[in-house]
Amino acid sequence: MAPRGSRYERIMYPIDWLEERSGLVGGIRYFLFRKVPGDTNWFQTLGSATLTAFLVQAVTGVVLAMYYKPDPKEAYPSIVHITNDVWAGWLVRGMHRWGASVFIILMFLHMGRVFLFGAYKYPRELNWIIGVLLLQLGLVEGFTGYLLPWDQTSYWATTVGININGTAPFIGPFLAQFLQGGTYINADTLSRFYSIHMLLVPGAIFALIGLHLYLVVRLGVTSPPWSRHPAGSGPVASPPAPPRTGLTSPAPRGGTAS
Amino acid sequence: MSEDDLEPSRQPPVPGQRRWALGLAAGVAVLLVGAAVSTPVLVAGAVVAVASGLLWLGSAARGSGLAEAGPVEPERRDGPAPGRVASPPTLGRSAFLELSTLGLGGVIGGLVTVPAFAFMIAPAFLKQRESPHDLGPVSDFPEGEFVVATFMGRPEQGEVSRRTAFVRNNGTVDGQPSFTIISNHCAHLGCPVQPNTDLNVPHRQYRDVTLIPLPITPAGFGCPCHGGQYDTEGNRIAGPPVRALDRYSFFVRDRHLYLGAPYSVSHVVGTGATARIYKYPFSFPGEHVDGPESWLYPIQPPH
Repeated sequence: MAPRGSRYERIMYPIDWLEERSGLVGGIRYFLFRKVPGDTNWFQTLGSATLTAFLVQAVTGVVLAMYYKPDPKEAYPSIVHITNDVWAGWLVRGMHRWGASVFIILMFLHMGRVFLFGAYKYPRELNWIIGVLLLQLGLVEGFTGYLLPWDQTSYWATTVGININGTAPFIGPFLAQFLQGGTYINADTLSRFYSIHMLLVPGAIFALIGLHLYLVVRLGVTSPPWSRHPAGSGPVASPPAPPRTGLTSPAPRGGTAS
Repeated sequence: MSEDDLEPSRQPPVPGQRRWALGLAAGVAVLLVGAAVSTPVLVAGAVVAVASGLLWLGSAARGSGLAEAGPVEPERRDGPAPGRVASPPTLGRSAFLELSTLGLGGVIGGLVTVPAFAFMIAPAFLKQRESPHDLGPVSDFPEGEFVVATFMGRPEQGEVSRRTAFVRNNGTVDGQPSFTIISNHCAHLGCPVQPNTDLNVPHRQYRDVTLIPLPITPAGFGCPCHGGQYDTEGNRIAGPPVRALDRYSFFVRDRHLYLGAPYSVSHVVGTGATARIYKYPFSFPGEHVDGPESWLYPIQPPH
């Protein structure tokens, strides 16, 4: 059925079409335009910054995986190929390599903000726990990714890292043998780390970020400690929004915009 | 009519269930330990796990009224439903379907995830079989001198399996050949230790083995990573290592020197052929093999 009515309605028709069949537009609007305390602080953007850093890692990692070969004979030459031959390969690899540090640093800054703002307290304890899991998974990403260039630095740093894991009481020897897939670093260790680095742990991180954000939306954003608003107060009354059509309240099909 | 009458499966679990669940967990734990330690322990763990699981199922069935059959009302399609209120708390059809759907889903999920997870963690519990390695004729190892020998532990894997040993021929004791064969894996965190001497010397090749005879006896061995220092018997003399350097067992066959399995050493008293070596099972770097700290590593995975 061809859209009719005003020009605005014609432009918005695809969005209204999607909304009518999925409710997705309303969901996104609810997420983006939800109420937050009026005195939120710039420090509260650190979580979004961390998410952005993770997405940069995910996107650049997907592109790098198109050229990287997780094989003891091919790994280092493929890294050289990415850096020197592939168009903008040096840039994408640099973004992934330096972005990894940015991601870790931002996770710690975000964690510090949550701690200093007291945003880990009831009812947000569970989100703190999920955040700590995300931090640990991020460190696992750093550890497993460091081996992938397969040069002398990464090889021996990973040897030391695996053996540090091996000194953990009771489970350490098993942990070390699990990590390297045997008694020594061997031909399977590199692909093992590669799989952990790009499939196992990122999948878990995506899932936990989903939970993390769900709880942020459900429980709301905390005010800064210096906030003048009393804690636990209800939403501040705002003047009713002017009525509008399109997006979340589509006009009846074939009708006219008011 | 209360909520409990309608859904017997929602009733709190009877205490016996928790006991059998704990038994199942303990059985699985023993089974995993047994996989690393010995087959009898593995079998015992499996028996405990299966028995506890069956008893758990039985007690769960009793707890949800599965075990007792209530009087069956004939199905009637006319008139109002017969007195359901009066019927004893048996398992209703919806509760049965709920339980069987969850149970089947759990079984199917377990069939998929358990083998995959076991496949992932299996290397932690499996023995690595490296066959003895031929280092070449004994005549390549002059008596009393150290030779750096590098070889591929698994030639089919190529250079990634290259290992290094410091070999010293101690001559013969009671007609038996004696060798000191020290691994280059630092006992701190596994970096490669170097002989403290001039390494710019010509080397020989025997198949995949590279032999570097050291004309000047090294003053000891040193690690470039964190500064651990060892004497020529592999005893720690300085730095962070927790024990002496590992050694390889060896044997001579057809006048060729063969490397066997490696083992760990707490310390060595004496030198050369008469040295007393305090042997322990092969352990990862950084793990104490003697003293109270060794209690932290009661079980070693098979290496």
